[in-house]
Amino acid sequence: MSPDFWIAQTFNGLSYGALLFLLASGLSLIFGVMRIVNLAHGSYFLLGGYVGLSVAWRTQSFVAALAAGALAIALIGVGMERLFLRRLRGQALGQVLMTIGFALIFQDLALLLWGGDPYSLPVPASLSGALTVGTLRFPRYRVFILAVAVVIGALLWLALDRTRLGATVRAAVDDAEMAEGVGIRVSAVSAGVFALGAFLAALGGVIGAGFLGVYPGLDFEILPYAFVVVIVGGLGSLPGAMVGSLLVGLLDNFGKVLFPELAYFTLFAPMALILALRPTGLFGRS
Amino acid sequence: MRAGLAALVIALALALVAPLLSAYPLTLLTHAAIVAILAMSLDVLLGYTGLPSLGHAAYFGVGAYTVGILSTDYQRGFLVCLLAGIVAATLTAALFGLLAIRATGTYFLMITLALGMVVWGLAFRWVSMTRGDNGVAGVPRPELALPWSLAAPLPFFYLALLAAVLAWTLLGLLVRSPFGLTLLGIRESESRMRALGYDVWLHKYLAFVVAGTFAGFAGVFWAYYNGFVSPVDVHLVTSIETLLMVALGGPGTLAGPALGAAVIVFLKNFASVYTKRWLLILGVVYIGVMLGAPRGILGALRRERRRPA
Amino acid sequence: MTAPVALRLSAVSKSFGGLRAVNAVDLAVRAGERRALIGPNGAGKTTLFNLIAGALPVTSGRITLFDTDVTRVAQHRRAALGLARTFQITNLFPALSVLDNVVLAAQARTRARFSMLRPVSRFGEVEAAAREALAAVGLDDRAGARVERLSHGEQRQLEIALALAGRPRVLLLDEPAAGLSQAEVRHMTALLRSLDRAITVLIIEHDMDMALAIAEQVTVLHDGRVIADGSPEAVRANPAVREIYLGG
Repeated sequence: MSPDFWIAQTFNGLSYGALLFLLASGLSLIFGVMRIVNLAHGSYFLLGGYVGLSVAWRTQSFVAALAAGALAIALIGVGMERLFLRRLRGQALGQVLMTIGFALIFQDLALLLWGGDPYSLPVPASLSGALTVGTLRFPRYRVFILAVAVVIGALLWLALDRTRLGATVRAAVDDAEMAEGVGIRVSAVSAGVFALGAFLAALGGVIGAGFLGVYPGLDFEILPYAFVVVIVGGLGSLPGAMVGSLLVGLLDNFGKVLFPELAYFTLFAPMALILALRPTGLFGRS
Repeated sequence: MRAGLAALVIALALALVAPLLSAYPLTLLTHAAIVAILAMSLDVLLGYTGLPSLGHAAYFGVGAYTVGILSTDYQRGFLVCLLAGIVAATLTAALFGLLAIRATGTYFLMITLALGMVVWGLAFRWVSMTRGDNGVAGVPRPELALPWSLAAPLPFFYLALLAAVLAWTLLGLLVRSPFGLTLLGIRESESRMRALGYDVWLHKYLAFVVAGTFAGFAGVFWAYYNGFVSPVDVHLVTSIETLLMVALGGPGTLAGPALGAAVIVFLKNFASVYTKRWLLILGVVYIGVMLGAPRGILGALRRERRRPA
Repeated sequence: MTAPVALRLSAVSKSFGGLRAVNAVDLAVRAGERRALIGPNGAGKTTLFNLIAGALPVTSGRITLFDTDVTRVAQHRRAALGLARTFQITNLFPALSVLDNVVLAAQARTRARFSMLRPVSRFGEVEAAAREALAAVGLDDRAGARVERLSHGEQRQLEIALALAGRPRVLLLDEPAAGLSQAEVRHMTALLRSLDRAITVLIIEHDMDMALAIAEQVTVLHDGRVIADGSPEAVRANPAVREIYLGG
């Protein structure tokens, strides 16, 4: 295997990790504030892809697809949180099980609305093809994914670290009771973070539709990846989601290329290692 | 005690009524009996120990696939397949348990889900072993030295019923034993159990392995019943269905989940006659149960003390 | 007359990040002694208990239980060595019966706990030990009741029963009288005074009357440090103690 192979695969792994970051960061933040694991998170990814697809077909606009997909699902996320999850305040397990119900409903609705065939999001010419550097080819779309993830990662980091709003969110993540005590409306923060998480997952879904495609079952297939990312990185931690998604992206990519029959099994080792050494993840808190 | 008696009465009643039933209801009951074993095994984890596993179908599937592969590719008989299936499921649970039991609460949920999908991934991609998406077909009914062929619905129903009663009896003994009481204690207050001197990790791990063993036991009979084993049997949706059986029926009772299994099996079969939207219905039932009777039906959730969000 | 040292803490400290909750605490409790640990809120008393019990790891220092160094020993193993504790915030098994609660305590250190196929009722000695503990705290008539149904006072009694059922050598009582009425406090005091002398008792208590009625020696904690250690009278007279903790 030539050095070109390794470079190309590393790049592929990083770009896949970038996509996972969009998915997992939302999941991690939602847990950080609300202490629930949203099992419908993969569904947000899926629905984002499908909605983006429909919009792309109608408007021929990639940007419109991105915006529509992300915003529509953010709205669904808010609806789910406000109208349903809120009713089980304090019952973490009940809320989690409720998200399962939604995941099933979303999966079936998607099947009903878009059918069983796999689709691919049409990507604009500017993002097709590849950049050639010497003997290496870097597909433009993958570069795009990396760029988007980097920008979003930076924005999230700055927002959390430098803004008042970010401080509010961090306070709510740190200690919801205390935050409530100093006047922070944790329920409003929850809704906001939930919407943001859904937005990011759906955005990932639309972008992913351009190279993974979108098909029935994608929601439950991608969910374990999001979970492994936050298990490795630590729930509620943005740096954890960043590091975790890169690691998982690389491992999965190399795993698929070198041991195609093993599928998810290649994620088994890092999970095992992390759990053995740091049960709450690299950046997690007990 | 009363539950045990009631179960025996029901089993007896079923055994007596069975010869009068036609093939379709018989196969439904067979299906329900097998899945009841799976649901009861999950109850040990969820209802009695308070560990919500979203990957329980993995051990079910390992048992089923073992039987499927051994009976078709290697033409092995019932006893060998049964033992191999149970052992394979037990070993898988023993391995996965080492990872999963380290985690608590939410992490446990996520890890068991991920591990369950790892098995699905293997079933799907390791085509040379599992035939991937095509599944393992043509699993023959066991040939036991009996005057009746197990290919017929009635004799096989009796076999499945026997298996269910056996599982019920053993699990019943387990939950009434000191070990079972220990699991309840862990569910109610892990911190108190540690302070009392219990190695909580070890007990949870043993519960995990035992639950996996019985899930594998169910899987063995599933393979023979269905004649076909596919990645669907180890998919997350199967784990989710099993969880609902336990939640719906009443966690921590053994009888409840068995009943829940029957309800879901009948519902699923009934629904599939009229619509393809089974998952939608299942999802709505899930949400309905959580909203409508989260305290009444879901005993295990009742245990959870209120925490500020 | 000198009994062996049942529990010894040598320069035990515990830091949470920048906060020193427990600061170089030295403690030596003799076998059979009744020692009260008092101090204002936030003094580090419960943290100290958690360190002794093994619920928290120490940052530095040593803890010895009857000549066995337990500093690095897991919590559940310390219980096996004869250490029992109660909790300040009642920590019972709510959905189980009173008897089941104590049975769990009694079977904790026996082989029985791994028995998977025989019913609980077959383990007579365990049940006997459980009922004994219930009788000791006066709850034998409530054996069948679910813990959720017990009054607060009864639950505090059950807390003690759980700790006693394992036949401990060292008993840590964390505010056993928390939330009890005057009458219940009197009952509790009598109960604790009647405890077997074979058990060493270390008690955190805010109710000064109760603490001094039970204890022969008092250790005063403030800001994680031991500031006084001696007989109840000596501690009462200690100016440093009077300053920070006006006689309870």
